[in-house]
Amino acid sequence: MTAVAPVPLLTLDDISLSFKGVKAVTSISFAVATGEICALIGPNGAGKSSLLNVINGVYQAQSGSITYAGQTRHHMRPHQAAEGGIARTFQNIALFKGMSVLDNVLTGRNLKRRSTWIEQMLRIGRAGAEDDEQREHAERVIEFLRIHPWRHALVGKLSYGLQKRVELARALAAEPRLLLLDEPMAGMNAQEKLEMSQFIRDINRELGTTVVLIEHDIGVVMGLSDHVVVLDYGRKIGDGTPEQVRNNPEVIAAYLGTRRSQPARSQ
Amino acid sequence: MLYQEAGQLARRYAAERRIFRLRQDRIGLLLLLVFAFVGVPWLGNDYWFSAILIPFMVLSLAGLGLNLLTGFAGQLSLGSAAFMAVGAFAAYNLQLRVAGMPLLLSFALGGVIAGLVALVFGLPSLRIKGFYLLVSTLAAQFVVEWVLTRFSWFTNDNASGVITSPPLIIAGVDFSSPQGRYLLTLGLLVLLFWLGKNLVRSELGRNWMAVRDMDTAAAVIGIRLLKAKLLAFAISGFYLGIAGSLWAFAYLGTVEPHGFDLSRSFQVLFIIIIGGLGSVLGNFLGAAFIVLFPILLGNLSALLPVGVIDSGQLENLQKVLFGALIIVFLIKEPEGLARLWQRFRLRLRVWPLRY
Amino acid sequence: MEFFFEVLIGGLLAGVMYSLVAIGFVLIYKASGVFNFAQGAMVLFAALTFVSLLERGLPFWGAFLVTLTSMVVLALLIERAVLRPLVNRPPIILFMATLGLSYMIEGLAQALWGAQVHGLELGIPDEPLEIHGMLISQFDLFAAGTAALLVIVLSFLFNRTRIGLSLRAVADDPLASLAVGIRLPRIWAVVWAAAGFVGLVAGLLWGARLGVQFSLSLVVLKALPVLIIGGFSSIGGAIVGGLIIGAAEKIAEIYLGPIIGSGIENWVPYVLALVFLLVRPAGLFGERAIERV
Repeated sequence: MTAVAPVPLLTLDDISLSFKGVKAVTSISFAVATGEICALIGPNGAGKSSLLNVINGVYQAQSGSITYAGQTRHHMRPHQAAEGGIARTFQNIALFKGMSVLDNVLTGRNLKRRSTWIEQMLRIGRAGAEDDEQREHAERVIEFLRIHPWRHALVGKLSYGLQKRVELARALAAEPRLLLLDEPMAGMNAQEKLEMSQFIRDINRELGTTVVLIEHDIGVVMGLSDHVVVLDYGRKIGDGTPEQVRNNPEVIAAYLGTRRSQPARSQ
Repeated sequence: MLYQEAGQLARRYAAERRIFRLRQDRIGLLLLLVFAFVGVPWLGNDYWFSAILIPFMVLSLAGLGLNLLTGFAGQLSLGSAAFMAVGAFAAYNLQLRVAGMPLLLSFALGGVIAGLVALVFGLPSLRIKGFYLLVSTLAAQFVVEWVLTRFSWFTNDNASGVITSPPLIIAGVDFSSPQGRYLLTLGLLVLLFWLGKNLVRSELGRNWMAVRDMDTAAAVIGIRLLKAKLLAFAISGFYLGIAGSLWAFAYLGTVEPHGFDLSRSFQVLFIIIIGGLGSVLGNFLGAAFIVLFPILLGNLSALLPVGVIDSGQLENLQKVLFGALIIVFLIKEPEGLARLWQRFRLRLRVWPLRY
Repeated sequence: MEFFFEVLIGGLLAGVMYSLVAIGFVLIYKASGVFNFAQGAMVLFAALTFVSLLERGLPFWGAFLVTLTSMVVLALLIERAVLRPLVNRPPIILFMATLGLSYMIEGLAQALWGAQVHGLELGIPDEPLEIHGMLISQFDLFAAGTAALLVIVLSFLFNRTRIGLSLRAVADDPLASLAVGIRLPRIWAVVWAAAGFVGLVAGLLWGARLGVQFSLSLVVLKALPVLIIGGFSSIGGAIVGGLIIGAAEKIAEIYLGPIIGSGIENWVPYVLALVFLLVRPAGLFGERAIERV
């Protein structure tokens, strides 16, 4: 496993979020160390996706603060998160369905552009050379995730498993420091899950990307992550290494050992 | 056999990026351009220039303008005609009030002013989405029409509120003949379509499509939604503004504000529905359809004995058929004529084999 | 001050007429999520059919029944030929289909009955009543009463009958209602027929006021800002929105018109609706959905 650095990349401090009075997340704090794979687990409705949405600014928490890369904020805004190097995949695939695989991946790199739209429209200045750089990088990501046979296909026409991979490619194309993955293996069979965990491990090791992921398959989580945070009904009930969490009596009672547990399924 | 693609593999990304990657397509385009610039002026007659080719080209351009906004950036608009009107009236007043203003510059500035007006009416697009946004573009439609009618300054105090084309002279060459107006329109059309095609394949074009397909995800990967949407409104307004100038001066010659009413906005919308949302080529196909369909229907009814269909009924029939065609397209081919053309071209590329 | 109230009440009553058109919209939007631009064309079609039958010698109720029947047939045809093939397509596509539909219905109405203007006399006295020194149009009062009656009938339909229950279920969650065996196509046909009925009532009142002619189909453009203010899915909102637009339009016409010029009633409702939108993006009564990602 990657050595855990002393300085956390991301710290959530006392985050609370509610929708029209319904609490989704209640005063949650935890830290994600640079270079680790951190898993958020918990039953459906525990507030895991909401928490990811708070981290990259899709939702804004009513209270608490987020410290990312040394900067503390009350809210993150989506573009601040993106510019700070946070990339993301979604629980229900959020690809751009009318565009090809290649275009989706290129869109992930939109912040790496320096030339203006006028230069690109007139095809002058930096535009041409930059097009090649962008394309080369996008192709590397496409090769890395082995989706090159479909690079010109419309994503809306691809299988579910492939779409999940394209979405990961789009996130990866941004060269993120922090990658948020919302159930990257939902709805996959054992073989696909194995491949996907392999990709995630490779990304973490080869590119040094810090990963926060939500996953229901406990076997996968325990094998893959350095750090596990357990949520239940919007509260944090466990936080530590897979070993510690596995032996935490509260976690066992609330999640692993009771009838409420629903491993490996979600909608 | 027409398309011998063997050996035409792109070796560099720059080569694959070309608008027309295949040699046959490039030769075809070149031939088409030569024919349009040299052959047509030589062969065509005044009826063809004035009644068919010029309106076809101007409407294609207007279609492209709306398509950038609606087909690519996903922002529905019913105010196209308003932005055309702003372009036309701005160009007219620039010609009238600024001494020595070159014609093309006044067209371009008219486009810029139309783009700015469109941008203002696009401002609500960050807070409101979908059908609610219709109200903003419809407001543009009604406010612009009213302002241009109400304040006679815009029409240079003409008693009937009509503006007349300035002399169409560029660098001393007179373009007022039907042929000249055709060439003027064609030149601007080719330039603006080239720019438009570059634009939709650029980062901005991809950002627009991202906003269209899934705006939350677009924001998360760092696309500034407001900037992308406002640029879509402004650039779309620019294109529509220039189309408006051409409509007023190269096609009609004289025009009043009501020439740019809501039904004109619908006409432009129908062009992109029939031609293909999110397609550049589709604007030509849709505009050709819109221009030729009534002519064709008129000619067909003329074959019937006199009195079977009078002109009023012909108009009603045209409306019914038109509405029906729109529905049929939306059901059977939502990507429009452009998609049909694409299929045909794929067939042609492998012809005489089946695939 | 009295004059102001006279203007205000006149405007409110005129607004009821806008609400009538807007209610037809809301019915369809609630049940199928379709933004029906053809509602105006349906108003035109109903009024034109009714008045033409009347002119051909049918008695009032005879013409009413035949027109109502034709509106129901039209609804069934639309459901079968347009809505069913477009099921599960994006809302923007369905909206554009209703644009096509409005062209078809307008063309059809005029092909059948001609394009000339017909007068329509419903036998409602048109001389104004004097109440507390204010002049108030009897016709407008009658229209307001009709609208109130219509709302009562519709809310009875929705709250007390089986079909209304299914309809609310569909509006709430189409998938779940499919799962419990509600047949969507039938619901759609019923709702479009109901919208056709509302269109007929609106067509008669508008026709009696403006004459039955092509411009009736343009009342759809008045209904849009009403809907924006009231929210697309609330009948109550349509009423309140109509009142606000009606009053604002009249007040602007009387007090603002002399300053900046006539003809402003075309755009005042839109600008007002825009201002409302910027403050409340989902209308006064609409709920803003939480986006789940």
